[in-house]
Amino acid sequence: METLEPLLSEHPFLKGLDPKHLQLITGCASNVRFDAGQIIFREGEEADQFYIIRNGKVTLQIYTPGRGSIIIDALTEGDILGWSWLIPPYQWRFDAVAGELTRAIALDGKCLRNKCESDHDLGYELLKRFASIVDSRLESTRLRLLDMYDSNP
Amino acid sequence: MTVTLEKLTKDIVPSQEMIPEYFRIIRTQKNTHDTFTIELEPPKNGFSFAPGQFNMLYMFGVGEVPISISGDPSDRNTLTHTIRAVGSVTRAMQKLKKGDFVGVRGPFGTHWPAEESKGNDIVIVAGGIGLAPLRPSIYHILSNREKYGKVVLLYGTRMPKDILYRKELEQWRARFDLEVLATVDRAASDWKGNVGVVTTLIPRSHFDPPNTVAMVCGPEIMMRFSVQDLLKRGVPVENIYVSMERNMKCGIGFCGHCQCGPTFICKDGPVYPYNAVKDIFIKREI
Ligand SMILES: Cc1cc2nc3c(=O)[nH]c(=O)nc-3n(C[C@H](O)[C@H](O)[C@H](O)COP(=O)(O)OP(=O)(O)OC[C@H]3O[C@@H](n4cnc5c(N)ncnc54)[C@H](O)[C@@H]3O)c2cc1C
Ligand code: FES
Repeated sequence: METLEPLLSEHPFLKGLDPKHLQLITGCASNVRFDAGQIIFREGEEADQFYIIRNGKVTLQIYTPGRGSIIIDALTEGDILGWSWLIPPYQWRFDAVAGELTRAIALDGKCLRNKCESDHDLGYELLKRFASIVDSRLESTRLRLLDMYDSNP
Repeated sequence: MTVTLEKLTKDIVPSQEMIPEYFRIIRTQKNTHDTFTIELEPPKNGFSFAPGQFNMLYMFGVGEVPISISGDPSDRNTLTHTIRAVGSVTRAMQKLKKGDFVGVRGPFGTHWPAEESKGNDIVIVAGGIGLAPLRPSIYHILSNREKYGKVVLLYGTRMPKDILYRKELEQWRARFDLEVLATVDRAASDWKGNVGVVTTLIPRSHFDPPNTVAMVCGPEIMMRFSVQDLLKRGVPVENIYVSMERNMKCGIGFCGHCQCGPTFICKDGPVYPYNAVKDIFIKREI
């Protein structure tokens, strides 16, 4: 059977990972596909997976009474979708909707959580990598909070 | 030695540059809810400028404001300005119609290194109204397309309704020799494009960083963060150019109104190599 290991090892998020850890992660990975408009997960649902987007587009949306669903982020090829599987209470905070036909690698968060608990080296490596994603998303969010296009130069 | 008043004022005041010429409006266009474009007919001999330069536009009885030229530098017979209505002068300009007259002094200031960057990849990063001063550069590059490597345009606005030159952006995006990525800060769920700040497009676009010249224009905070991301990708600092904005009066390095530390934005800028202004970027209260 064709394994996802070569694909995963090339992805910047997992690049340089110890081969034995990569093998563990590959054991939790599967190929998935979402049609345009398909809901990948909804706010409040159990967060038991995360995704590496291979191609397509996923929008993160939040429902606001009176204003409908607002897109707060859009993720594309190469982006990582979801880190709520890593942080208690392991529930999604937003809705994720495929903006177009999207192919991704799904990683079983529950399975990975258990592996991280029993192998702290793997846990530390993954946390470091997720911290860097959280950092860049936080920077982007802060910039948007400034509403910079509406202000003076 | 006696110095006459006439000689003094001749040396100090470059009188011609202080007198506006009357240009007739030949077309006006609403771009977005708060932004509009006016096309002016130069009174004689056409009008030459380099991409990135600006004019002082005088609205009779209201005041004068610096506005970048946003049209095609190869078209000497039309002078185009895209203006966002933010205050007294620009709001009054929003009411101008075809046939009205505007006072014009210029062109002033430095220009984008479009011509000098031939042989390189080009990354243009624009935020909001910042696309207007960069558009002449885009025209220049596209009309000499074979002289450049990869050309990338990254554009960010607040919301989809703020996107400038929408039709033109769509035409540019359809070209095979230009990568155009646009993003908005927020959008309703029917928006099909990117969402996120313009800086998030920098790691996603395709260019060869060591051989890339970057031109960045938008709010200062957006330029600051864009420069950091360009540097992170490996674009050499000396290849990064930004455009600075400050209030202006004379536009010709005479009144000191636009002074920013050691530099006068109207004459040493508005386009600077990033290295030349990076201290101003992070200094507070200038
Ligand atoms: C070199 C240069 C090139 C420029 N090119 C363009 C251009 O191509 N198109 C364009 O629309 N503008 C451009 N500007 C900005 C433009 O000059 C100002 O928006 C204009 O002077 C405001 O004048 P006003 O009388 O309408 O507003 P004011 O009555 O002076 O100000 C009203 C409000 O607008 C705010 N404001 C002032 N300046 C700006 C600004 N630059 N951006 C946002 N808010 C501001 C003020 O703080 C105030 O709150 C440029 C400025 C410079 C220095
Ligand atoms: S505007 Fe007068 S010196 Fe620059």
